[in-house]
Amino acid sequence: MMPMGKRTLRVAVVILLAMLVSACSVEPWVKPYERANLADPIMSFDRDPVANAYRLHVYETREAARGADGKGGGGCGCN
Amino acid sequence: MVLMARGEAAVAVTRGLLCLAGFMAVSATLSAAVLPEERADVLFHSYDGGGVTVDGPSILVRKSIGQSVSVKANYYVDSISSASVDVISNASPYTEERTETSLGVDYLHNKTLMNLSYTKSDESDYLAETGSFSISHDMFGDLTTVTLGYSVGNDDIGNNTDETFLRSAKRQNFRLGLTQVLTKNSLLGVNLETITDEGFLSSPYRPYRFSDGTTFGKAPEKYPNTRTSNAVSFRFKYFLPYRAALSGEYRYFHDTWGISANNVEIGYTHPLKANWILDVHYRYYTQKAADFYSDLFSREGELNFLARDKELSTFQDHTIGIGVSYEFKPSSWQFIDTGTLNFSLDHIRFNYDDFRDETAAGGTLAPGEEPFYSFTANVIMAYLSIWY
Repeated sequence: MMPMGKRTLRVAVVILLAMLVSACSVEPWVKPYERANLADPIMSFDRDPVANAYRLHVYETREAARGADGKGGGGCGCN
Repeated sequence: MVLMARGEAAVAVTRGLLCLAGFMAVSATLSAAVLPEERADVLFHSYDGGGVTVDGPSILVRKSIGQSVSVKANYYVDSISSASVDVISNASPYTEERTETSLGVDYLHNKTLMNLSYTKSDESDYLAETGSFSISHDMFGDLTTVTLGYSVGNDDIGNNTDETFLRSAKRQNFRLGLTQVLTKNSLLGVNLETITDEGFLSSPYRPYRFSDGTTFGKAPEKYPNTRTSNAVSFRFKYFLPYRAALSGEYRYFHDTWGISANNVEIGYTHPLKANWILDVHYRYYTQKAADFYSDLFSREGELNFLARDKELSTFQDHTIGIGVSYEFKPSSWQFIDTGTLNFSLDHIRFNYDDFRDETAAGGTLAPGEEPFYSFTANVIMAYLSIWY
């Protein structure tokens, strides 16, 4: 049985290749001059990195779930 | 037929690679990826709930060197005072301190951003070191950012009541992230992460308890030496016409210990007049217990693995949070472009479905007849951020 880490990497590589291979046929449907709203700081997924990191740390020490939070992993000695 | 299909596939792949080469060449001439902003944050954090208080500072400084390199340093302290239900039931209240330092460097090359970082977490009975690498690339007219990440960590676990106790654990994280511009007002983020652990994964202090009706006792927990978890999350942001933002997040989690979990979060960000920004959010989390968890085993050694950690039990928690931010532009301090003063409060309620409160009624109730445990916690953060 394939380890889960390798399986995820294989899926990631397939998705990346599929996206890259189809890149030439993609026309940007949101032009650079139409991105003012997206560039507003209130649209950032990580406007306050220090506060978000602390919030994640609180949840990681109180809950079993972990990962896929858009942050790097780190040991915290929470057990 | 098969050969033809293979031939066509080879041609398609060749075309795709040529297309990719052309795309990369075009990409190289456009530079939309940017280094992280130069900023500094000084934060004071406080957690108070379930008999545990944790507080301390966190300081983050990020500075660019030239046009392509950005460095980051973070210093973080947890001052812990614990009289949790676990501690009261099995030991004496304690205080300790954990410090965490991390250093990172980002390197930007055209549309590709690479990050290398190192984090060290140190407390009296636990030392954790983690190295991380990630690479992200903007593509499709900068509508899509793909990130790949890998971390490896080593933990050394001690025991404050036994100087001879020393165990270790190794952790690896594999991450894939995608941020997609959907429309001129909406963004989507998708993250996948697999984490593998190997080594000593339980607590050297916590026991499980057992009772066959006549005999009651406690014995050290025993966990598997390996754990693999998978998580996928979806995040969404939408810009409202009157300059406000709606956000949503969902995550599904599963691991080889039999734990599955879901959490959803919705948020709303509303700029007020005169430089104030208001944030409100609600989060709901639910998880199913590990296969080897029980509040009360029927006998000693009932299973190969035995745990009574409430974080491995079945429970739900709800968070309601509010934050407020004030932006200022100091005219007297020329080196600061802008700054914000921020305050946030999260109130969390935890409700356990199969973890009983041994301390209820002064510990006089029979094992298995105590009420299920629940508690609330307040998380407070006050911080100053400056951009320069």
